[in-house]
Amino acid sequence: MLSDSGSSASPGTIPVTLTVNGQERRLRVAPWTTLLDLLREELDLTGTKKGCDHGQCGACTVIVDGKRINSCLALAVQKDGARVTTIEGLSSGSLHPVQAAFLEHDAFQCGYCTPGQIMSAVALIEEGRARSRDEIREHMSGNICRCGAYANIVDAVEDVLKGKSSSRSSSVREAAE
Amino acid sequence: MATPSRYVGTAQSRQDGPAKVTGAAKYAAEFTAPDLAHGVVVSSAIAKGRITAIDTRAAEAVPGVIKVLTHENKPRTAWLDYNYRDQVAPPGSPFRALNGPEIVYGGQPVALVVAESFELARHGASLVKVTYDEEVPNTDLEKNRGAAYVPPKKRSGIKPPPDPRGDAAGAFDKAPIQLRQEYRQAIEHHNPMEPHASTVVYEGEGKLTIHDKIQGVNNTQGYVCGVFNLKPDDVRVITPYVGGGFGSGLRPQYQLYLAVAAALDLKRSVRVVLTRDQMFTFGYRPETVQTVALGADRDGRLQALTHDAVAGTSTFEDYQEAVVNWSGLLYHCPNVTLDYKLAKIDTYTPSDMRAPGAVTGIFALESAMDELAYATGVDPLELRLRNYAERDEGEGKDFTSKALRAAYEQGAARFGWSKRKAEPRAMRDGRELVGWGMATGVWEAMMMQSSASATLMPDGKLELACSTADLGTGTYTILSQIGADALGLDLDRVTTRLGDTALPEAPLAGGSWTAASSGAAVQAACRKVAETLFGYARGMADSALANADFAHVTFADGEIRLQTDPSRKVGIADAMRAGGVATVEATETVKPSMLTAMRYSAYTHSAVFAEVKVDEELGVVRVTRVVSAIAAGKILNLKTARSQILGGVVMGIGAALEEESMLDHNLGRIMNHNLGEYHVPVNADIHDIEVIFVDEHDDKVSPLGVKGLGEIGIVGAAAAVANAVFHATGKRVRELPITIDKILA
Repeated sequence: MLSDSGSSASPGTIPVTLTVNGQERRLRVAPWTTLLDLLREELDLTGTKKGCDHGQCGACTVIVDGKRINSCLALAVQKDGARVTTIEGLSSGSLHPVQAAFLEHDAFQCGYCTPGQIMSAVALIEEGRARSRDEIREHMSGNICRCGAYANIVDAVEDVLKGKSSSRSSSVREAAE
Repeated sequence: MATPSRYVGTAQSRQDGPAKVTGAAKYAAEFTAPDLAHGVVVSSAIAKGRITAIDTRAAEAVPGVIKVLTHENKPRTAWLDYNYRDQVAPPGSPFRALNGPEIVYGGQPVALVVAESFELARHGASLVKVTYDEEVPNTDLEKNRGAAYVPPKKRSGIKPPPDPRGDAAGAFDKAPIQLRQEYRQAIEHHNPMEPHASTVVYEGEGKLTIHDKIQGVNNTQGYVCGVFNLKPDDVRVITPYVGGGFGSGLRPQYQLYLAVAAALDLKRSVRVVLTRDQMFTFGYRPETVQTVALGADRDGRLQALTHDAVAGTSTFEDYQEAVVNWSGLLYHCPNVTLDYKLAKIDTYTPSDMRAPGAVTGIFALESAMDELAYATGVDPLELRLRNYAERDEGEGKDFTSKALRAAYEQGAARFGWSKRKAEPRAMRDGRELVGWGMATGVWEAMMMQSSASATLMPDGKLELACSTADLGTGTYTILSQIGADALGLDLDRVTTRLGDTALPEAPLAGGSWTAASSGAAVQAACRKVAETLFGYARGMADSALANADFAHVTFADGEIRLQTDPSRKVGIADAMRAGGVATVEATETVKPSMLTAMRYSAYTHSAVFAEVKVDEELGVVRVTRVVSAIAAGKILNLKTARSQILGGVVMGIGAALEEESMLDHNLGRIMNHNLGEYHVPVNADIHDIEVIFVDEHDDKVSPLGVKGLGEIGIVGAAAAVANAVFHATGKRVRELPITIDKILA
């Protein structure tokens, strides 16, 4: 929680500076607050989802300093000085190519795992580890989709990898950095 | 009025897609209020007994903890069970959280800690000390089979098994081929990705705005009004997005009750979100033990069929689903006896989970049919064609339509079924055994009463609205497609609003009935708008449509045109001007045809073909290929429809190979209550899935000819996989899920 939230009950707060979606945020955060809860409850960035709070489902995936992580498993105070990109920071105006590919390939249904899937896919593409459909499947397996959109998720990621789905913009790299 | 299909029947991207891929879509736990407090549920540590003491002092002493609600201080709520019974409640006495010291199932909520922040509430919850007087729980279905009973009171909307036809026992004894086997379905939990959550915004003077995870906002509203004695006008429920339901969101769950109770008690806004662990503390697909006996002649023609099932239910409600009915429907057979019983165990009440009953019953029937195929030496597909039912022999009715034969043919052709070697263990790919199996799927095609509104705006945009939910099913998009075609508008000029009790009432999103029901309501409302517009157009001075008849016009490109002479036309905007109106609005209600229901049976069908590869040393099964051929009447949106079937198949693969909530019968608790130990399919588990929609014209089933797609994709998928596992390994596993230990046993 933020120091200015008025709560007298926090077990002491710690100053933390985060760059969230390109914007520097100076915050005071309780040591028990996860990065996920900070994003959702304090910064109103509810695009990042809580599916299990145990690092088992991937719905909370965000990109921190270029790497995809489960934000439910990170305490916010551990990430002092980090650059955090959430689904809300992936695009401005037009959709990011991965977002556009998810839309085109119907790579989601209920939409709840979708931000995590997209952030994971953006980072995976940057990791350069996925060259085949089987590799996409393997490296996207930390993100559960209960609606079962997996086949379409693989299609969407493959499409972006092949550079088919509009031109792959530099924003992919930016977001992953 | 002619309605050309410019959008209906085509592939369209989801209208709710941009909100979902940008994170803008808000789910129940993502609405907030300036005075929001957070509630965390304390769950019972025992499955049966009584609370002897509950000490909340340590929790209440934490600065920022506002209140701890327990059975000792919870607000007064309605007395009668009637007030707690929601739209789809089975017979019995609905569970009431914090109603008293009795513990009736493991994980039952025993307290709600409300605090200024989520973390404080969670910390407070860890400090609540509960002392129990523990009894031995009774959760083993096997031990309770002897006490199974025919549910005395039938659940509304669920047909009990039909009366026997012929003499199944006698015919079985005389049949040259006799098979009798037992099949078992494990408990499964829905596990939608969005945990159940309710945000209750206290608007003052007893008025509430509720954002609840529910598959139909009217059910939440009715429940809250009944339980808390509030007026519908004072309770508005708004849930535009639902992060997966699969049936878990049909009934209001206990987090809603607790959040409303706390909000009314504290006179401030409260949000309660369940943890993933707590997602295992309410409804589930029940464990079901089934016996199927097939008597057949040597050519595989069925002479006798009996199908008995015993399913678990809670001690307080008689949950029922149609498990065995399908066996009297799917094949031609003169002698059929079906039986469905319940056995009470100390768990929460089961709830509808995607294709409830059909997943369970069809696994048993279609496994048994596969066994019959091997017993008679008849190809599994040929066996099903030999026993094809031309009529619903259980009810003695014709089908509104049944293109299952085409599904068999097209599915088999695409899969390459004719290349299958009949013998088990005859196909191999390197170190892996290859197996091909198939099964039939069936689900009821239903339509419910639904209302919807259509409003043509001054800027020519059309807004459609009804209260049902889009769980990812594509409802937003298909309703807009129907509206766009009805009034000849571009699709991007049509929007649909859902999930709000202020909108015309539509049924819960479940049972695969939403497209048929709310789709027909939207079409009716648009037709009314069209009639109004036509009236204005014809009344204009020197109207080009002066003597035209409504039946002979068509709406296209923002104009009303005479079909025989499109040069005779009136612009919609001109018609509205002539009528002196800024908007044209209509609300219509549609109902299913009782006459059709009396005369005909309406079902969707599927033919599912699966390829598995089995590593015999490791016992690992991979489903490498599935072809699902679907006969479901008119398909409204090829893109979202395909996704519905893909998702059903994926969940079917989960049922076949992975999903099982395991009870520790000593403790009466589920052991694997998280996504690390309750396995659902992940991306690497899923390979090629092909979906075929066969042509099936149906002018009886519903006004649009739509049958619905939410369930049919999962039905038969587990049996097809199980049958493929047998073909690969020669090992018949009759208990789902088919886990490694069963392959290696």
